[in-house]
Amino acid sequence: MSYVTLLVLATTSLLGATAGVLGCFCVLRGRALVGDVLAHAALPGICLAFLVVGRRDLGAFVVGAFLAALAAVTSMALLRRYLRTKEDAILGIVLSVFFGLGIVLLSLIQKLPTGGAKAGLEVYLFGQAAGISRSDLLVILAVGALVGTAILLLYKELVLVTFDPSFARVQGWPVGWIDLVLMSLVATVTIIGLPAVGVVLMAALLIIPPAAARFWTDRLGRMIALAAIFGAGAGVLGTAISAGWIPILRTAEAHEAGLPTGPMIILSSTLFFLVSLTFAPRKGLISRVVRLLGLRLRTAREHLLRSLYEATEPMLPEVHPVSFEEIRRQLGWGRLFAQLVLLEARWRNWVQKENGHLILLPAGRKEAVRVVQAHRLWELYLVEQAGIAPDHVHRDADEMEHLLPPDYVARLAEKLRVAERLPPEADRIPASPHG
Amino acid sequence: MDWEWFGLNERNLLSAATIIGIAALTNVACAVIGCYLILRRMSLLGDAIAHGVLPGLVVAFLLGGTLSLPVLFLGAVAVGVLTAALTQTLHRFGGVSEDASMGVVFTSLFALGVVLIKYHGPNIDLDPDCVLSGLLELADDNLVSLGGVEIPRGLVTVLPVLAINLAFIGIFWKELLVGSFDPAFAASLGFRPTLLHYVLMALVALTTVASFEQVGSILVIAMLVVPGATANLLVDRLGPMLVLAALCGALAAPLGFLLALWWDVNIAGAMTLVVGVMFLLAAFFSPKHGILTRLVRQGRLRVRILAEDILGMLFRAEESRPGQPVAVETLRQQLAGGPAFWLALRWLVRQGWIRRQDKQLWLLPAGLEHARGLIRSHRLWETFEVVELGRDAERVHDSAMRVEHFLSPSLQAEISATVGDVAKDPHGKGIPQTSLQTSQVPKPPGGELTEG
Repeated sequence: MSYVTLLVLATTSLLGATAGVLGCFCVLRGRALVGDVLAHAALPGICLAFLVVGRRDLGAFVVGAFLAALAAVTSMALLRRYLRTKEDAILGIVLSVFFGLGIVLLSLIQKLPTGGAKAGLEVYLFGQAAGISRSDLLVILAVGALVGTAILLLYKELVLVTFDPSFARVQGWPVGWIDLVLMSLVATVTIIGLPAVGVVLMAALLIIPPAAARFWTDRLGRMIALAAIFGAGAGVLGTAISAGWIPILRTAEAHEAGLPTGPMIILSSTLFFLVSLTFAPRKGLISRVVRLLGLRLRTAREHLLRSLYEATEPMLPEVHPVSFEEIRRQLGWGRLFAQLVLLEARWRNWVQKENGHLILLPAGRKEAVRVVQAHRLWELYLVEQAGIAPDHVHRDADEMEHLLPPDYVARLAEKLRVAERLPPEADRIPASPHG
Repeated sequence: MDWEWFGLNERNLLSAATIIGIAALTNVACAVIGCYLILRRMSLLGDAIAHGVLPGLVVAFLLGGTLSLPVLFLGAVAVGVLTAALTQTLHRFGGVSEDASMGVVFTSLFALGVVLIKYHGPNIDLDPDCVLSGLLELADDNLVSLGGVEIPRGLVTVLPVLAINLAFIGIFWKELLVGSFDPAFAASLGFRPTLLHYVLMALVALTTVASFEQVGSILVIAMLVVPGATANLLVDRLGPMLVLAALCGALAAPLGFLLALWWDVNIAGAMTLVVGVMFLLAAFFSPKHGILTRLVRQGRLRVRILAEDILGMLFRAEESRPGQPVAVETLRQQLAGGPAFWLALRWLVRQGWIRRQDKQLWLLPAGLEHARGLIRSHRLWETFEVVELGRDAERVHDSAMRVEHFLSPSLQAEISATVGDVAKDPHGKGIPQTSLQTSQVPKPPGGELTEG
């Protein structure tokens, strides 16, 4: 591990963490793309700095870029305040017009005798991680400390403005100024990161780690911590891949030039995002699909039980077998799905299958009674209390029966009994209102 | 116009016309489709697609070998649609906000593209500079032969795209209209807004790709957003908005070209600047939504309210000390109006409602009449708040100070009828009658019945 790689590693991970923290506020505020806009808008500032100073000077570039970004922030705030133009269009206008100005200035610079600015645009766009020096690391450290302090000091205000700007305004908070502070911090981080990782990566670092963190938690504090970890992790992983530390990704061809660091950091953070999107508990895709399938299966199971119960209801308390095929067709299920539901019901020891016929076992009957009760009570409730015609209530009850909690069912029964709509002997299961 | 001044002569006039023509057509194609992006609040989709198509370009480049147009197009449009579709999918099924999902998708795709370029190294010659700022300067050199006629390649790509866009908008006008303003309603009409949305996205991708090969991505992004936003500030209807946006785009081409010649700078960048200036002009001077218009309207309202407040105070002074003038300084301190105060004072004098002499003010008969109407409005409102809303008489003055300026004579008549035509307000002061009020206000229709 060379000193330079270590430097790059430290710088990109710090940058990732800082951008991740700030990005949380941008993403939650509905301004995820503000970093993209500011990174683009900095170009005319950099060009102007070059025109004024007359040579490449990092300090001048940073000042110029910051002023340009500040001008962009201000114009966005003014447009937002005074025009009916919507947020997205404002971002698009500021981005393209500022960048257009930058292109114009750049073409002016390219015609200057000093020249040599041709390579500038490419570095600006893609960054040059290899060019990171010790002073860059120190600057990033300072900016990270600044951002951390600012967020700690203004945490309450930032939270308020992020989640409920109208309330904040009504409470008398200077929303515009708090916004300006946040945007200035974003601009600072963006500009500091530009030479190292380029325009698009800066936009990505402000969006992807927070978006990934959002999957894991609903608390802002945790989201910020996670976004910082993801951002730093993306920096480490991206640098590691591009330095060829990961054998599988080290190809002979790419090793010559090395995979570009900036884009590899973006792709690493995309990896974090995809993992979060897929595996996060509660909000992740897998957990959602599992939940959905579980609900679907439970609904189907309860439909099966109710069908079995109702098919043999006249013969109660004797238990008669019912044709599985008939039930399946009645419920309109495919064969595979029906088998799956049956498998699960048999596993629970609720249903027995003999010669293609199903018999409700005692445990299954108990469950069936619960479902039928919920179904009919809801139907009865709709007919008696909501005044809906008896032949219209079945479909609604078909959906509600799975969702009514037991105490609610008990209360329904109580209410209907009090209203003398429920015969006292029909204590367990009322008769169906539509026969 | 003296073309020589811009360095144009017979020899390069044709190439100038070609460049302007291609740029104008591209701008129009972007501007019309961009209007729908603005209405759907997805203005940055052009930016996203312009970045996101990079891997598509690279793959098409590798497959097609050279910059073969159809393959390049296909690859780029496919990835463009993919960008839009992935954004939608993440937004709908991942629960990520729309702008964030757009950001995730296009930055990731762009990074993938850059990695692909670096990976294949020297095989690919994609100059980021030309992708961004375009090759407009060389548009007239780049010729293709079509049926034996040499025509600029830009026209071959841009004309069909413009035609497709216009045809699409023409055919699906009503569906797009309803779908852009009220997707739920469109769905209930059976318009399938989702399908239409994706077709629109495909068109945006097609337009973006076709255009940025010609004019560079920055001009495309600008043209998708800025002309539409400019038109949106000037008109409220979709038809005129499209026409105006197209006009802005078309106009930006020659103006930008001349500007670029004049300053000797990049043409696409100059056109972006021109359209930016157009937006600024609309932002300030739009008759309906412009900043200046609004400031003027607000200023006039402020002056009117101050003038009415002055009249009211003079009236109250007249009530307590009839015939005595009031010092300007006293009024100014109480109303704290700043420059607007002096404007209001001047306006009142010019109307012949007050007389100003030796830093003293007198209420003239015409002014007295108007002051009566205002005080009537004020005291009626106080009475209304106390009688009907049950508020404390001590607390109604401030809200009446605000409401008094906005009660129309007919509303005053209704309030008067509601509170029972009382002659005194809650503070025991008389509610004045005005000849203005009696002559202007029609009697409420119910009143005559009770009288008769």
